[in-house]
Amino acid sequence: MQLTINSNRYDLDVEPEMPLLWVLRDELGISGPKYGCGAGLCGACTVHIDGTAVRSCSINAGEVRGSITTIEGLGTPANLHVVQQAWIEHQVAQCGYCQSGQMMTAAALLSKTPDPSDSEIADAMDGNLCRCGTYTRIHSAVKTAAQMMKGK
Amino acid sequence: MARLKTIARRTFLIGSAAIAGGVAFGYYRLRQDPPNPLLKGLKAGEAAITPYVRVDAKGVTLITPRADKGQGSYSIQAHLIAEELDVDPHEVRIDPGPPNPAYFNSRIMDDSLPFTTIDDGIMARGARGGGEVLSRVLGMQITGGSSTVPDGYRKLRMAGAVARETLKEAAARRSGVSRSQLKTKDGQVILPDGKSVTYAELAVEAAQLAPVTDVTLRPEQEWRYIGKKMRRIDIVAKSTGTQQYGIDIRPDRVVYATVRANPGLGGTIKRYDASGAEKMRGVKKIVPIKDGVGVIADNTWRAFQAAAAIKIEWNDPPYPADSAGMWKVLENSFSKDLLDSRLRNDGDVEKALTGSSKPIEAEYRTPYLAHAPLEPMNAVVLYTKERLDIWTGTQIPVFLQGHAAKLTQLPEEKIYVHAQPIGGSFGARLDDTYALQAIELAMAMEGVPVKMTWSREENMGHDYPRPIQLSRAKGTVREGMVESMSIDMAGQSMGASWFNRLQAPVPPGPDTSSVNGIWDQPFAIPNFRVTGYRAKEMVPVSPWRSVGASGNGFHHGSFLDELIHAAGADPMAELIRLCNHEPSKKVLHTLRDVSAWKGSRIDDRRARGVALTLSFGVPMAQVVEVSDTPQGIKIDKVYAVCDVGRILDPVNFEAQVRGGIIWALGHAMNCELTYEKFAPVQTNFHLFEAMRFHQAPDIIVKGLELGGEVRGIGEPPVPPAAPALANAIFALTGKRVRELPLNKSVNFA
Ligand code: FES
Ligand code: FES
Repeated sequence: MQLTINSNRYDLDVEPEMPLLWVLRDELGISGPKYGCGAGLCGACTVHIDGTAVRSCSINAGEVRGSITTIEGLGTPANLHVVQQAWIEHQVAQCGYCQSGQMMTAAALLSKTPDPSDSEIADAMDGNLCRCGTYTRIHSAVKTAAQMMKGK
Repeated sequence: MARLKTIARRTFLIGSAAIAGGVAFGYYRLRQDPPNPLLKGLKAGEAAITPYVRVDAKGVTLITPRADKGQGSYSIQAHLIAEELDVDPHEVRIDPGPPNPAYFNSRIMDDSLPFTTIDDGIMARGARGGGEVLSRVLGMQITGGSSTVPDGYRKLRMAGAVARETLKEAAARRSGVSRSQLKTKDGQVILPDGKSVTYAELAVEAAQLAPVTDVTLRPEQEWRYIGKKMRRIDIVAKSTGTQQYGIDIRPDRVVYATVRANPGLGGTIKRYDASGAEKMRGVKKIVPIKDGVGVIADNTWRAFQAAAAIKIEWNDPPYPADSAGMWKVLENSFSKDLLDSRLRNDGDVEKALTGSSKPIEAEYRTPYLAHAPLEPMNAVVLYTKERLDIWTGTQIPVFLQGHAAKLTQLPEEKIYVHAQPIGGSFGARLDDTYALQAIELAMAMEGVPVKMTWSREENMGHDYPRPIQLSRAKGTVREGMVESMSIDMAGQSMGASWFNRLQAPVPPGPDTSSVNGIWDQPFAIPNFRVTGYRAKEMVPVSPWRSVGASGNGFHHGSFLDELIHAAGADPMAELIRLCNHEPSKKVLHTLRDVSAWKGSRIDDRRARGVALTLSFGVPMAQVVEVSDTPQGIKIDKVYAVCDVGRILDPVNFEAQVRGGIIWALGHAMNCELTYEKFAPVQTNFHLFEAMRFHQAPDIIVKGLELGGEVRGIGEPPVPPAAPALANAIFALTGKRVRELPLNKSVNFA
């Protein structure tokens, strides 16, 4: 099986029903996407497939059509995505374990809806749990990221 | 750790001597600091000036021994050392250090003592001293109880100052200029002529010197970090997916594993049949472990699949099989022979009750709750005949080291615990069952690193929860005021369950955890009695964010509100009138003003509730504002006011308060563990959801700095949130909800 992840192509020998998350984490060592629930309930494993936010724990590797982006491909410490800049500015993270998924969901939202209303933000972010309770700062950071995108 | 029980018995005697006011010789001896663990294993050219600062040719490393579970402890510990050492915490290395008694927590026992955390009387101080000695002797390097800041506030700055002066002394000897003429800045010693020498260059010489200990701490006007907005040292890593947690460690040749243990916590395994699982793709080994069985494979998901395919028969644990049976045990625990404590008995409650024509009676319940941090329990372990290496997040590294030594029969100094950043804990990593399971698996794979991960389902079933509590409350009102309140509380002892699992001595005396947040509250109700009954142990339990007060705040804050409404008084005004602790009173006054309180009813759609809980030395009061919507009750706003003595970092302070409130409200709304056939019904987040994004209210936070002792802020936001919410629901609907979670009685939007 072949997958394109963060612009790299990988040849893999895994059963098609292995969830994408475990291909990323255990087969390839791409550890930004996190395991939280394994059942599409928490959002910690969120990646983009052709720009759309997808729960990588709930899509089988064999079903993936399109190119995959993980948090590592969104931006890096030396080359931050606006969402990451906003996340740093607001110091959103506590434990940070949910935040890869939160940022991937936010980035997908902003790429389709550059100036989201409060309820559009809530609808998009509702599937991403944060046990540390960082929701209020996530809200502020999404707003800031939207502003930053406008300025670009 | 093998000596633990004997030492502890002796120490309690010494501790008691201190409590009685006598200071025994042993007490002084035990007061001495344990030796600096960093001195062992130093290489040439490295200096470890205090247990908290290591300098070598590459630069400075700050040792931050309190676990970071997201509360920002690495960052605050680094900033406290840096405040005196003159380094930029973002430019130096940070290392949690080895497990070692030198890193004991002087404040960890405060919450288990039968004195309020604000009691400064001679008995209380003596007991706290005893708690400190005990912690020192047991090497209680524990993270919890909002104690990182109170424990480290002076100690870490002192460590920074000692290291700075020692480095200056080294520079003085080298340059011939006296130490008093030298200055320090950004990791350098500055000579009077403006030349500078880096700390790294001084490492070799500093290592030869005895540490300079006649240091004084800087006055606060000179502080660069404390009190100002700090930037968390991990914020870039956590905003780019590059933060490595225990679960992300992936050494060469690693194999992936998981376990299935008896879903009835504490129950054992009868037999299993792994014949199907053995043949599944990627499976390397099936290993029997304590109370269960583990699967080692070449991928975590394959291990999960194989574990699920094993057929297992369990032996039942020794407690009721379902929730109804568990509540029965509590219902039957209000008896003389189970009477455990009466830590408060002001006035004459009986007289007030018999003298009233209409005593008010109510029963309150709080459920078992899982910690369910988002990062499931995991550990990477490499076992050889010579040594054991464990990479995992833990709040109890010294205990883990001791337990691992026992399990492997290796000496303690051959057990290397490499503490990892933690993806949330809330108390979950105050246990080490998961790590011991990983060690058992690693022992079956000598020389190969084994990475063990619990599935979320395993995690929900094996999370030692917060205990259930049942209270029977009575009270009277007279002339518009609360006249009497009696709360009888039945619960299993969290302390007994947890300390026994740690193989540590259970603190003597009453089980404070089951009544904290009630008996120690700062209200002068003329007749006020709090009685604890100790139910027998059932599901093994553990500390959950804010410990005893987490549930008890609801019992106390709700029933007090019930009495206030019965008296026809205004909840805010009556709390203020009853309050007899100056900082708490200031907190309430500020809350009244900040929230512009004008009564619990705002209009026909909106209402408010208020509660105050004093826990971990912090009075925390909150107003929760709710509204009625077609989708259900919505929490619109929360106002939170507290006093922590001094706020070290306003950015993280606000984050902790907001996070704690969201945590508390979310669980109060919709979380509980209920049991069928000994196992929790709630197997994943669809049945244990807590708060979602769309439900998060606006949270207005005001921290007072009244100048008393500096306190931590991880725990105190939790206890008053649930009662403030339930009180708001009463004001809105007229319905008094006396059992958590609230969604059993009302709908939320
Ligand atoms: S791990 Fe994929 S949604 Fe939770
Ligand atoms: S920051 Fe910890 S789960 Fe979101």
